[in-house]
Amino acid sequence: MAVLKTEELTYIYSQGTPFEKTAVDHVNLEINEGEIIGIMGHTGSGKSTLIQHFNGLLKGTSGKIYLDGKDIWADKSGIRSVRFRVGLVFQYPEYQIFEETVYKDIAFGCRNMGLDDKEIKRRVVETAHDIGLPEEILKKSPFELSGGQKRRVAIAGVMAMNPRVLILDEPTAGLDPMGRDRIFEYIKAYHKKTGNTILIVSHSMEDIARFADRILVMNNGRVFCFDETEKVFSRAEEISHIGLDVPQITKVFMELKKHGLDFGTEVYTVDYAKEVILKKLKERGIIC
Amino acid sequence: MLKDITIGQYFPIDSIIHRLDPRFKIVMTLIFIIMLFTGESFVCMGISAVYTLIAVFLSRIKLRMFWKSIKPLMPFLLVTAVLNLLFVSDGDVYFHWKFIKITSDGINVSVFMIIRIVLLIIGSSLLTYTTSPITLTDAVEKLLSPLKRFKFPVHELAMMMSIALRFIPTLIEETDRIISAQKARGAEIDTGNLTDRAKNMVSILIPLFISAFRRADELATAMECRCYNGGEGRTRLRQLKSALRDYTALAVTILFFVCVILLNIFI
Repeated sequence: MAVLKTEELTYIYSQGTPFEKTAVDHVNLEINEGEIIGIMGHTGSGKSTLIQHFNGLLKGTSGKIYLDGKDIWADKSGIRSVRFRVGLVFQYPEYQIFEETVYKDIAFGCRNMGLDDKEIKRRVVETAHDIGLPEEILKKSPFELSGGQKRRVAIAGVMAMNPRVLILDEPTAGLDPMGRDRIFEYIKAYHKKTGNTILIVSHSMEDIARFADRILVMNNGRVFCFDETEKVFSRAEEISHIGLDVPQITKVFMELKKHGLDFGTEVYTVDYAKEVILKKLKERGIIC
Repeated sequence: MLKDITIGQYFPIDSIIHRLDPRFKIVMTLIFIIMLFTGESFVCMGISAVYTLIAVFLSRIKLRMFWKSIKPLMPFLLVTAVLNLLFVSDGDVYFHWKFIKITSDGINVSVFMIIRIVLLIIGSSLLTYTTSPITLTDAVEKLLSPLKRFKFPVHELAMMMSIALRFIPTLIEETDRIISAQKARGAEIDTGNLTDRAKNMVSILIPLFISAFRRADELATAMECRCYNGGEGRTRLRQLKSALRDYTALAVTILFFVCVILLNIFI
């Protein structure tokens, strides 16, 4: 069953002023329980605006959003509980940190949920461990930590709320390659452990390709395509046309196609590329 | 909600008012304000209103935008009106109950004050709506430059002003983002009881201050990297030039002002 569903969702910024802009334009989506969805789109394509609708931070100008089959705006007072079920980690989330200790900052969301101290403690310690923060760090001030650690503290703060849908807006922006890989590993481990649905916005095609079950591509506020990873990358040429990057290995295959070697462009990992090439070579009888 | 703040907002459209020299616009706004406060009768207010309406019409900015800048000041307007209504006790008495006495003069004065304040808001909003913050501070710097002789730090003041204006939208955006981020963690910002809300203000103010300091630090470094060292010997990309239309507009403004003064003397 679809855990999140949108119907003709539209959002217009600054309606009625010279700055009016349709950021989300009649979007229809269905996201299933336990999926990992990658969201792509260049700056201003409406992806950040779209994800803020999923937990009711923004209310669509028109259209509807269903969480577990229920319209989230049907009961206005229930919107806070929606935010506990759909966790949103903003871009550069370390800028939202404010408490005097790491422990308190991770606990902020849980405390707002009204959990008791014992449960909060269990969750904070567990989440910190799962995201690779050593326990002694919990007593420190978050402002003493490195950039990557701060980022993980902020992500842990939302993870600890154990939302059924976790949305991350460019969780690896501005991190070095190592920090980036680690964040992805932690998110993957979290998904394995909890089975929660994950939506992840990223500019790094390599990461999204490795990671997501399905990919949503946004362009000018509209859904450009929303499909399984292979199928999305089989349209690699169109995707580069709307100004998005495709994985390096896909670029290699696009170039091969131009030179008359058509293996298809749905190739997006090196392993898969190896498989495809070996299969072709076998077919031609070059190797056996 | 923060998006509704229109103070210092600039609407980049093309109109005669937009194209006027910002120095003249500032001077005309000042004359307009003096005109409002010297005008003593409803006729004077009528003349000022005509002047305002002409300017608003020429600026091609929708009336709704002005309503947006009046709206937040409504409580202030109402309090002024009610106080005048209650404490002016001359004229015919229309209504008397215990200490409350409503008189014809009271009504006149409160209506007069409302008109005056509304015109004041519209007139001064018009200045910022039609002038970009950068040209505005350039103009302030030019207008104040005679004070340099008295060792008054005109350039520094203008620079501070333009930086402050430049960062209003950035900080509003930042605040919006932080509010959203804390709301996403279940903080009650616009709902819940007063103590909870006050507590949650901390979760907004601390990140906001940290980011403001960080930005200030980064900006200072960036300015130093480009060898900024004060106003000495700096030239401008855009020179302010006055044209015939500026003098015409100023002449019209002065004409209205003279009308108001004459009316004050003769009625």
